[in-house]
Amino acid sequence: MEKTVNQKAWFLVLPVLVLVAFSAVIPLMTVVNYSVQDTFGQNQFFWAGLEWFREMLESERMWNALGRQLLFSGIILAIEIPLGIFVALNMPKSGFWSSVCLVLMSLPLLIPWNVVGTIWQIFGRVDIGLLGYTLDAVGISYNYTQDVFAAWFTIIIMDVWHWTSLVALLAYAGLKSIPDAYYQAAKIDQASRWNVFRYIELPKMMGVLMIAILLRFMDSFMIYTEPFVVTGGGPGNATTLLSIDLVKMALGQFDLGPAAAFSLMYNLVILTMAYVFYTVMTTLEKRGG
Amino acid sequence: MAWMAWTWPTAAFFAFIACTLIVFSVLAIKYPETPRRGILGTETTRGDRVFISLLGSAFINLAWLGIVGENQPWALAVCLVYAAAVFRWV
Repeated sequence: MEKTVNQKAWFLVLPVLVLVAFSAVIPLMTVVNYSVQDTFGQNQFFWAGLEWFREMLESERMWNALGRQLLFSGIILAIEIPLGIFVALNMPKSGFWSSVCLVLMSLPLLIPWNVVGTIWQIFGRVDIGLLGYTLDAVGISYNYTQDVFAAWFTIIIMDVWHWTSLVALLAYAGLKSIPDAYYQAAKIDQASRWNVFRYIELPKMMGVLMIAILLRFMDSFMIYTEPFVVTGGGPGNATTLLSIDLVKMALGQFDLGPAAAFSLMYNLVILTMAYVFYTVMTTLEKRGG
Repeated sequence: MAWMAWTWPTAAFFAFIACTLIVFSVLAIKYPETPRRGILGTETTRGDRVFISLLGSAFINLAWLGIVGENQPWALAVCLVYAAAVFRWV
Protein backbone atom coordinates (compact mmCIF):
# COMPACT_ATOMS: atom_id res chain seq x y z
CA MET A 1 0.00 0.00 0.00
CA GLU A 2 1.25 3.44 -0.89
CA LYS A 3 1.82 5.84 1.99
CA THR A 4 -0.05 9.14 1.85
CA VAL A 5 2.29 12.08 1.89
CA ASN A 6 0.92 14.72 4.23
CA GLN A 7 3.32 17.42 5.31
CA LYS A 8 0.70 18.98 7.58
CA ALA A 9 1.75 16.51 10.26
CA TRP A 10 4.80 18.69 10.82
CA PHE A 11 2.57 21.33 12.44
CA LEU A 12 1.74 18.84 15.16
CA VAL A 13 5.35 18.86 16.35
CA LEU A 14 5.36 22.65 16.74
CA PRO A 15 4.55 22.51 20.49
CA VAL A 16 7.62 20.31 20.98
CA LEU A 17 9.72 22.80 19.05
CA VAL A 18 8.53 25.64 21.29
CA LEU A 19 9.27 23.56 24.39
CA VAL A 20 12.73 22.66 23.16
CA ALA A 21 13.38 26.29 22.30
CA PHE A 22 12.67 27.32 25.88
CA SER A 23 14.34 24.40 27.61
CA ALA A 24 17.40 23.99 25.40
CA VAL A 25 17.97 26.45 22.59
CA ILE A 26 17.56 29.71 24.49
CA PRO A 27 19.69 28.58 27.45
CA LEU A 28 22.33 27.29 25.04
CA MET A 29 22.37 30.62 23.19
CA THR A 30 22.83 32.38 26.52
CA VAL A 31 25.75 30.11 27.36
CA VAL A 32 27.36 30.97 24.01
CA ASN A 33 26.88 34.66 24.81
CA TYR A 34 28.40 34.23 28.27
CA SER A 35 31.38 32.35 26.86
CA VAL A 36 32.69 35.40 25.02
CA GLN A 37 32.11 37.91 27.81
CA ASP A 38 33.13 38.67 31.36
CA THR A 39 30.76 39.69 34.11
CA PHE A 40 31.00 40.87 37.70
CA GLY A 41 27.29 40.44 38.31
CA GLN A 42 24.41 42.92 38.04
CA ASN A 43 23.91 41.92 34.42
CA GLN A 44 26.91 43.94 33.22
CA PHE A 45 28.99 42.24 30.56
CA PHE A 46 32.37 43.02 29.01
CA TRP A 47 33.64 41.59 25.73
CA ALA A 48 36.36 38.98 26.25
CA GLY A 49 36.53 37.38 22.80
CA LEU A 50 38.01 33.90 22.76
CA GLU A 51 39.93 34.46 25.99
CA TRP A 52 37.91 31.97 28.07
CA PHE A 53 38.23 29.26 25.44
CA ARG A 54 42.01 29.82 25.36
CA GLU A 55 42.15 29.75 29.15
CA MET A 56 40.14 26.54 29.30
CA LEU A 57 42.23 24.83 26.61
CA GLU A 58 45.36 25.64 28.61
CA SER A 59 43.77 24.81 31.94
CA GLU A 60 45.39 21.85 33.62
CA ARG A 61 42.30 21.54 35.79
CA MET A 62 40.05 20.87 32.82
CA TRP A 63 42.42 18.36 31.20
CA ASN A 64 42.78 16.56 34.52
CA ALA A 65 39.01 16.38 34.93
CA LEU A 66 38.73 15.09 31.36
CA GLY A 67 41.39 12.47 32.10
CA ARG A 68 39.55 11.32 35.21
CA GLN A 69 36.31 11.28 33.26
CA LEU A 70 37.76 9.10 30.49
CA LEU A 71 39.34 6.80 33.08
CA PHE A 72 35.99 6.47 34.87
CA SER A 73 34.05 5.76 31.68
CA GLY A 74 36.73 3.32 30.51
CA ILE A 75 36.76 1.36 33.76
CA ILE A 76 32.98 1.07 34.10
CA LEU A 77 32.66 -0.03 30.45
CA ALA A 78 35.40 -2.62 30.89
CA ILE A 79 33.53 -4.06 33.87
CA GLU A 80 29.87 -3.60 32.96
CA ILE A 81 29.90 -4.92 29.39
CA PRO A 82 31.59 -8.32 30.03
CA LEU A 83 29.75 -8.69 33.35
CA GLY A 84 26.41 -7.84 31.72
CA ILE A 85 27.01 -10.44 28.98
CA PHE A 86 28.03 -13.02 31.58
CA VAL A 87 24.89 -12.39 33.63
CA ALA A 88 22.67 -12.54 30.53
CA LEU A 89 24.24 -15.84 29.42
CA ASN A 90 23.50 -17.39 32.80
CA MET A 91 19.95 -16.14 33.17
CA PRO A 92 17.15 -18.71 32.78
CA LYS A 93 15.70 -18.44 29.29
CA SER A 94 12.08 -19.08 30.23
CA GLY A 95 9.73 -19.93 33.07
CA PHE A 96 9.14 -18.52 36.53
CA TRP A 97 12.76 -17.85 37.39
CA SER A 98 13.38 -15.87 34.24
CA SER A 99 10.62 -13.44 35.29
CA VAL A 100 12.04 -13.24 38.81
CA CYS A 101 15.48 -12.45 37.37
CA LEU A 102 14.10 -9.78 35.07
CA VAL A 103 12.24 -8.02 37.88
CA LEU A 104 15.21 -8.19 40.25
CA MET A 105 17.55 -6.90 37.56
CA SER A 106 15.36 -3.93 36.73
CA LEU A 107 15.18 -2.78 40.34
CA PRO A 108 18.47 -0.81 40.42
CA LEU A 109 17.50 0.90 37.16
CA LEU A 110 14.37 2.32 38.78
CA ILE A 111 16.13 4.02 41.70
CA PRO A 112 16.74 7.76 41.29
CA TRP A 113 20.36 8.85 41.01
CA ASN A 114 20.56 10.79 44.25
CA VAL A 115 19.03 7.88 46.16
CA VAL A 116 21.65 5.54 44.66
CA GLY A 117 24.30 7.99 45.84
CA THR A 118 22.82 8.13 49.34
CA ILE A 119 22.52 4.33 49.55
CA TRP A 120 26.19 3.90 48.73
CA GLN A 121 27.29 6.81 50.85
CA ILE A 122 25.73 5.14 53.88
CA PHE A 123 26.65 1.59 52.76
CA GLY A 124 30.32 2.56 52.63
CA ARG A 125 30.51 4.37 55.96
CA VAL A 126 32.83 2.73 58.43
CA ASP A 127 30.68 3.52 61.49
CA ILE A 128 27.18 2.50 60.33
CA GLY A 129 27.50 1.14 56.76
CA LEU A 130 27.50 -2.59 56.12
CA LEU A 131 30.26 -2.49 53.49
CA GLY A 132 32.53 -0.04 55.32
CA TYR A 133 32.00 -1.69 58.69
CA THR A 134 32.67 -5.20 57.33
CA LEU A 135 35.80 -4.19 55.45
CA ASP A 136 37.05 -2.38 58.53
CA ALA A 137 36.26 -5.38 60.74
CA VAL A 138 38.27 -7.80 58.57
CA GLY A 139 41.20 -5.41 58.74
CA ILE A 140 41.04 -3.77 55.31
CA SER A 141 41.59 -0.05 55.57
CA TYR A 142 38.71 1.58 53.75
CA ASN A 143 37.66 5.21 53.99
CA TYR A 144 36.23 6.82 50.89
CA THR A 145 36.40 10.30 52.33
CA GLN A 146 40.18 10.22 52.74
CA ASP A 147 41.59 7.49 50.56
CA VAL A 148 41.69 8.10 46.79
CA PHE A 149 41.60 4.39 45.94
CA ALA A 150 38.64 3.74 48.24
CA ALA A 151 36.76 6.70 46.76
CA TRP A 152 37.29 5.46 43.20
CA PHE A 153 36.44 1.91 44.26
CA THR A 154 33.17 3.13 45.75
CA ILE A 155 31.96 5.21 42.80
CA ILE A 156 32.89 2.48 40.32
CA ILE A 157 31.19 -0.29 42.31
CA MET A 158 28.18 1.99 42.67
CA ASP A 159 27.95 2.56 38.94
CA VAL A 160 28.44 -1.14 38.23
CA TRP A 161 25.67 -1.97 40.71
CA HIS A 162 23.37 0.65 39.19
CA TRP A 163 23.87 -0.01 35.48
CA THR A 164 25.14 -3.56 34.84
CA SER A 165 21.52 -4.71 34.75
CA LEU A 166 20.87 -2.44 31.79
CA VAL A 167 23.66 -4.15 29.81
CA ALA A 168 22.46 -7.55 31.01
CA LEU A 169 18.85 -6.88 30.01
CA LEU A 170 19.90 -5.64 26.57
CA ALA A 171 22.20 -8.62 26.05
CA TYR A 172 19.42 -10.92 27.27
CA ALA A 173 17.03 -9.45 24.70
CA GLY A 174 19.67 -10.10 22.03
CA LEU A 175 20.11 -13.70 23.18
CA LYS A 176 16.37 -14.38 23.23
CA SER A 177 16.11 -13.37 19.58
CA ILE A 178 18.41 -16.21 18.43
CA PRO A 179 16.33 -19.02 16.87
CA ASP A 180 16.83 -22.51 18.29
CA ALA A 181 17.96 -23.80 14.87
CA TYR A 182 21.32 -22.06 15.35
CA TYR A 183 21.99 -23.96 18.56
CA GLN A 184 20.85 -27.23 17.00
CA ALA A 185 23.21 -26.71 14.08
CA ALA A 186 26.02 -25.96 16.51
CA LYS A 187 25.24 -29.14 18.41
CA ILE A 188 25.38 -31.22 15.22
CA ASP A 189 28.76 -29.66 14.45
CA GLN A 190 29.84 -30.44 18.02
CA ALA A 191 30.81 -26.84 18.57
CA SER A 192 32.34 -26.05 21.95
CA ARG A 193 30.63 -23.66 24.37
CA TRP A 194 33.18 -20.98 23.49
CA ASN A 195 32.59 -21.42 19.76
CA VAL A 196 28.82 -21.14 20.24
CA PHE A 197 29.41 -17.87 22.07
CA ARG A 198 32.01 -16.58 19.64
CA TYR A 199 30.26 -17.45 16.36
CA ILE A 200 26.55 -17.46 17.22
CA GLU A 201 25.71 -15.50 20.35
CA LEU A 202 28.20 -12.63 20.10
CA PRO A 203 27.45 -11.70 16.46
CA LYS A 204 23.72 -11.88 17.16
CA MET A 205 24.12 -9.66 20.24
CA MET A 206 26.34 -7.14 18.49
CA GLY A 207 23.51 -4.72 17.68
CA VAL A 208 22.16 -4.43 21.21
CA LEU A 209 25.66 -4.50 22.70
CA MET A 210 26.62 -1.53 20.56
CA ILE A 211 23.63 0.33 21.94
CA ALA A 212 24.58 -0.71 25.47
CA ILE A 213 28.18 0.47 25.04
CA LEU A 214 27.21 3.83 23.58
CA LEU A 215 24.44 4.39 26.13
CA ARG A 216 26.71 3.58 29.05
CA PHE A 217 29.56 5.67 27.65
CA MET A 218 27.37 8.73 27.15
CA ASP A 219 25.63 8.35 30.48
CA SER A 220 28.85 7.87 32.41
CA PHE A 221 30.44 10.77 30.57
CA MET A 222 27.73 13.07 31.90
CA ILE A 223 27.50 11.53 35.37
CA TYR A 224 27.08 14.04 38.17
CA THR A 225 24.67 13.18 40.96
CA GLU A 226 25.96 9.85 42.26
CA PRO A 227 29.66 10.69 42.71
CA PHE A 228 28.67 14.14 43.95
CA VAL A 229 26.49 12.66 46.69
CA VAL A 230 29.07 10.04 47.70
CA THR A 231 32.40 11.86 47.54
CA GLY A 232 31.57 15.45 46.58
CA GLY A 233 34.49 15.21 44.13
CA GLY A 234 36.99 14.42 46.88
CA PRO A 235 39.30 13.51 48.50
CA GLY A 236 40.94 16.64 47.09
CA ASN A 237 39.99 16.57 43.45
CA ALA A 238 40.40 12.81 43.07
CA THR A 239 36.86 12.07 41.93
CA THR A 240 36.03 15.47 40.43
CA LEU A 241 34.62 14.39 37.09
CA LEU A 242 33.83 16.84 34.29
CA SER A 243 30.31 17.82 35.31
CA ILE A 244 31.23 18.16 38.99
CA ASP A 245 34.11 20.44 38.01
CA LEU A 246 31.80 22.43 35.76
CA VAL A 247 29.24 23.02 38.50
CA LYS A 248 32.01 24.02 40.93
CA MET A 249 33.29 26.54 38.41
CA ALA A 250 29.92 27.97 37.39
CA LEU A 251 28.01 28.01 40.67
CA GLY A 252 30.73 27.65 43.32
CA GLN A 253 33.13 30.25 41.98
CA PHE A 254 30.61 32.07 39.79
CA ASP A 255 33.15 32.16 36.93
CA LEU A 256 30.42 32.30 34.33
CA GLY A 257 32.65 33.03 31.32
CA PRO A 258 35.15 30.17 31.75
CA ALA A 259 32.36 27.81 32.84
CA ALA A 260 30.38 28.70 29.72
CA ALA A 261 33.40 28.01 27.49
CA PHE A 262 34.02 24.76 29.38
CA SER A 263 30.41 23.63 29.03
CA LEU A 264 30.38 24.42 25.31
CA MET A 265 33.43 22.22 24.74
CA TYR A 266 31.87 19.53 26.93
CA ASN A 267 28.67 19.89 24.90
CA LEU A 268 30.60 19.45 21.66
CA VAL A 269 32.02 16.15 22.84
CA ILE A 270 28.55 14.94 23.92
CA LEU A 271 27.08 16.10 20.62
CA THR A 272 29.72 14.16 18.69
CA MET A 273 29.00 11.03 20.69
CA ALA A 274 25.26 11.48 20.29
CA TYR A 275 25.76 11.67 16.53
CA VAL A 276 27.91 8.54 16.52
CA PHE A 277 25.24 6.84 18.63
CA TYR A 278 22.49 7.87 16.22
CA THR A 279 24.49 6.85 13.15
CA VAL A 280 25.41 3.44 14.55
CA MET A 281 21.80 2.77 15.55
CA THR A 282 20.31 3.75 12.21
CA THR A 283 22.99 1.82 10.32
CA LEU A 284 22.28 -1.30 12.40
CA GLU A 285 18.54 -0.88 11.86
CA LYS A 286 19.03 -0.73 8.11
CA ARG A 287 21.11 -3.87 8.23
CA GLY A 288 18.26 -5.46 10.13
CA GLY A 289 20.42 -6.16 13.20
CA MET B 1 16.47 39.92 26.14
CA ALA B 2 19.01 41.79 28.25
CA TRP B 3 19.57 38.79 30.50
CA MET B 4 20.73 36.79 27.48
CA ALA B 5 23.67 39.19 27.15
CA TRP B 6 23.65 39.31 23.36
CA THR B 7 26.68 40.55 21.42
CA TRP B 8 26.95 41.24 17.70
CA PRO B 9 29.40 38.42 16.95
CA THR B 10 27.30 35.79 18.73
CA ALA B 11 24.11 37.10 17.10
CA ALA B 12 25.82 36.90 13.69
CA PHE B 13 26.99 33.37 14.53
CA PHE B 14 23.47 32.19 15.34
CA ALA B 15 22.04 34.03 12.34
CA PHE B 16 24.53 32.13 10.16
CA ILE B 17 23.54 28.79 11.71
CA ALA B 18 19.82 29.61 11.32
CA CYS B 19 20.32 30.64 7.67
CA THR B 20 22.25 27.44 6.95
CA LEU B 21 19.47 25.34 8.49
CA ILE B 22 16.75 27.19 6.57
CA VAL B 23 18.61 27.02 3.24
CA PHE B 24 19.26 23.31 3.57
CA SER B 25 15.69 22.59 4.74
CA VAL B 26 14.37 24.37 1.66
CA LEU B 27 16.85 22.48 -0.53
CA ALA B 28 15.80 19.19 1.01
CA ILE B 29 12.13 19.90 0.26
CA LYS B 30 12.65 21.31 -3.24
CA TYR B 31 15.30 18.87 -4.42
CA PRO B 32 14.91 15.64 -2.48
CA GLU B 33 17.98 13.41 -2.70
CA THR B 34 18.81 9.82 -2.05
CA PRO B 35 21.36 9.16 0.70
CA ARG B 36 24.78 8.03 -0.49
CA ARG B 37 27.52 5.96 1.08
CA GLY B 38 30.78 7.87 1.53
CA ILE B 39 34.20 7.21 3.03
CA LEU B 40 32.72 6.85 6.52
CA GLY B 41 30.85 3.77 5.33
CA THR B 42 27.51 5.15 6.49
CA GLU B 43 24.70 6.60 4.46
CA THR B 44 24.64 10.39 4.58
CA THR B 45 22.28 13.02 3.24
CA ARG B 46 23.02 16.69 2.66
CA GLY B 47 21.71 17.42 6.16
CA ASP B 48 24.15 14.94 7.67
CA ARG B 49 27.00 16.52 5.76
CA VAL B 50 26.02 20.00 7.02
CA PHE B 51 25.97 18.68 10.56
CA ILE B 52 29.36 16.94 10.19
CA SER B 53 30.80 20.12 8.66
CA LEU B 54 29.52 22.37 11.45
CA LEU B 55 30.57 20.00 14.22
CA GLY B 56 33.99 19.44 12.67
CA SER B 57 34.43 23.19 12.21
CA ALA B 58 33.90 23.73 15.93
CA PHE B 59 36.69 21.25 16.68
CA ILE B 60 38.95 22.79 14.02
CA ASN B 61 38.47 26.23 15.59
CA LEU B 62 39.23 24.91 19.06
CA ALA B 63 42.29 23.03 17.82
CA TRP B 64 43.54 26.15 16.06
CA LEU B 65 43.01 28.20 19.21
CA GLY B 66 44.82 25.65 21.35
CA ILE B 67 47.70 24.80 19.01
CA VAL B 68 48.32 27.88 16.82
CA GLY B 69 46.74 30.41 19.15
CA GLU B 70 46.72 33.42 16.82
CA ASN B 71 45.17 34.55 13.51
CA GLN B 72 41.95 32.80 14.41
CA PRO B 73 40.17 33.82 11.13
CA TRP B 74 42.50 31.45 9.25
CA ALA B 75 40.85 28.59 11.09
CA LEU B 76 37.69 29.47 9.17
CA ALA B 77 39.60 28.95 5.92
CA VAL B 78 40.57 25.47 7.13
CA CYS B 79 36.91 24.89 8.01
CA LEU B 80 35.84 25.82 4.48
CA VAL B 81 38.30 23.34 2.99
CA TYR B 82 37.09 20.74 5.48
CA ALA B 83 33.42 21.40 4.65
CA ALA B 84 34.16 21.13 0.92
CA ALA B 85 35.91 17.81 1.54
CA VAL B 86 32.97 16.56 3.62
CA PHE B 87 30.52 17.47 0.88
CA ARG B 88 32.69 15.82 -1.76
CA TRP B 89 33.64 12.56 -0.09
CA VAL B 90 31.57 11.80 3.02
